[in-house]
Amino acid sequence: MADTRQVAEGFGNSEIRLEQFKPFTILSPEGKVVNEEQMPELSDEQLRELMKRMVFTRVWDQRAVGLARQGRLGFYAPVSGQEATMIGSEYALNKDDFILPGYRDIPQLYWHGYPMYQAFLWSRGHQHGGEIPEDVHVLIPQIIIGAQYVQAAGVAMAFKRRGEKRVAITYTGDGGSSQGDFYEAMNFAGAFNLPAVFVVQNNGYAISTPFEKQTAAKSVAQKGIAAGIRSVQVDGMDVLAVYRVVKDAVDRARDGKGPSLIEAVNYRLGPHSMSGDDPTRYRSKEEPDQYEQREPLVRFRKYLEAKGLWTEEDENRVIEEAKQTVADEIKKANKYEKMTIPGLIDSMFDVTPPYLEKQKAEYMKEGN
Amino acid sequence: MAQMTMAKAINDALRVELERDPKVMLFGEDVGKNGGVFRVSDGLQKMFGEDRVFDTPLAESGIGGLAVGLASQGFRPVAEIQFIGFIFEAMDSICVQGPRLRYRSGGRYTAPIVFRSPFGAGVKPPELHGDSLEGLLAQTPGLKVVVPSNPYDAKGLLISAIRDNDPVFFLEHLKLYFSQKADVPEGEYTVPLGKAKVVREGSDVTIITYGAMVHTSLKAAEQAEKEQGAKVEVIDLRTISPLDTETIVQSVEKTGRAIVVQEAQRTAGIAAEVIAQINENAILKLEAPVKRVTPPDTIIGFPLIEEEWIPDASRIVKAINEVLDF
Repeated sequence: MADTRQVAEGFGNSEIRLEQFKPFTILSPEGKVVNEEQMPELSDEQLRELMKRMVFTRVWDQRAVGLARQGRLGFYAPVSGQEATMIGSEYALNKDDFILPGYRDIPQLYWHGYPMYQAFLWSRGHQHGGEIPEDVHVLIPQIIIGAQYVQAAGVAMAFKRRGEKRVAITYTGDGGSSQGDFYEAMNFAGAFNLPAVFVVQNNGYAISTPFEKQTAAKSVAQKGIAAGIRSVQVDGMDVLAVYRVVKDAVDRARDGKGPSLIEAVNYRLGPHSMSGDDPTRYRSKEEPDQYEQREPLVRFRKYLEAKGLWTEEDENRVIEEAKQTVADEIKKANKYEKMTIPGLIDSMFDVTPPYLEKQKAEYMKEGN
Repeated sequence: MAQMTMAKAINDALRVELERDPKVMLFGEDVGKNGGVFRVSDGLQKMFGEDRVFDTPLAESGIGGLAVGLASQGFRPVAEIQFIGFIFEAMDSICVQGPRLRYRSGGRYTAPIVFRSPFGAGVKPPELHGDSLEGLLAQTPGLKVVVPSNPYDAKGLLISAIRDNDPVFFLEHLKLYFSQKADVPEGEYTVPLGKAKVVREGSDVTIITYGAMVHTSLKAAEQAEKEQGAKVEVIDLRTISPLDTETIVQSVEKTGRAIVVQEAQRTAGIAAEVIAQINENAILKLEAPVKRVTPPDTIIGFPLIEEEWIPDASRIVKAINEVLDF
């Protein structure tokens, strides 16, 4: 597993140079195992399940992009290129582990039990989108970059105080790693030895700002060193590698061995969001093509096909299933009852105070 | 009944609630072994252990995030921000993440957090230690804001705040921590949030105020009565969000004259909202325009001039005379 060694030079130990992280990898872009001894223990069925989830998520993403173009969704941040990190990391969790997502991390929520129609409602700005079912252990997608990180420390502390063997996992991007909250969260989690896993999906760009303009640090992973927590860099387009490092981090956290930072090196194949972002303004047309070769579905498909675990039929069946599910869930979202202003007023507090009752009555009296 | 300072009364409220409810936690910078820089949490870590009363790293946004995360899992965090000027580092948790959690989750998650912070001028604190930022906080939908003026209210209001199922900002005036001792009952009792108190009855003019200005206003009321026989009613708001409009309006309907006194600078503050409520509900009963007594719209006065910057009794008496002579 990638680790860091500190090399003294010049002023001896008073001047330390960090040896650079190298992404931990199990599958080469050609789908060949390059790290046999680190292969996670997954059954053939589980390997197939990982592929199924990635294909499903890709189809869902493509449909969502289409729906957003037609104005049938609200805010939507495409995920293609990042499926291995999203699916592989979620698959390493227990059902009662807790996810604190950023706004792009909808697939992790879905595979952790959050209904898709609610994701659509959340995208449109419907309150029911945030009404997470009681038995689903996730928070609503965070809008403020980094806020989920400091909250993850709180969630992890709650588990630790109660003696529950649960882990809080949170996600942000390379841009998020510049936030103060990013460092404060790792520092808190380290200082209190909390069961937290901090994932950074370094997809190369914070909207348009490339990683090299984000920081002088050569990696996000090295930032965890300063906080005194364990840091790992992983090839985020290699689902087996992601599963392996996240499983390891989650197991350690569960055993009381403290938090980890995981930098998953990705590439965002699509735009930042469907709200007018045009990637050709800040990167060459050819750049995404280079990453198409390395992208997570191609790589894992090659691996599975060579093992005889995946066929075109399997692929087509999942594509159909995903299309059907998206269609059904959109219908369900469309049918959901509209919000009302009195309903919003009543969700401000546990007990609506008199001044708000009065404002509600005024609203109703105006003929609404 | 014991005689307590406000600092001791707040300590007592924290002790009562930590003892009563295992979900209550107290944390912030130096609140553990040191008992807080004003000894407000003195002895509590020893009594309840480091799992429930603890020091955090020096990072206010981290403190805020810790509180929101814990609250989302059913704890009742009491998070201390060491001085009011440091809340800006934690504004996302205080004004966004906490107050919105119930709303954006349709009630699935809630944030029963109490943020506590000392504030207020008059003891020559360093820069950004004594500002009055309650107006900023009171603008936040979903956040209640409480400002006690005496030891009895401080204990009862803090117990109510901790038991409240939504976030509350509890502001502790620096000048009031040790300035007076008062009878405070042992054990638990509550003072309701959102209820003002008439602390002095009168029929000629109503002063509406809160925090340390309650004491300055009472002094001014005595002086005005002695000098020209004016009967001044004084209302201590105690909670500034939500406002107790009913108590304000009842009093103004009786006196026909009102003055709002606040230690914060003038524009867009609590005084403005109080006056808007009077306009909407009692304007036809008014005999004179409602006056504000506040410092000027500057940043808080430097320590060597803060005594002049803060409204004093003579400025309030002057306002009383102007309103009565209108």
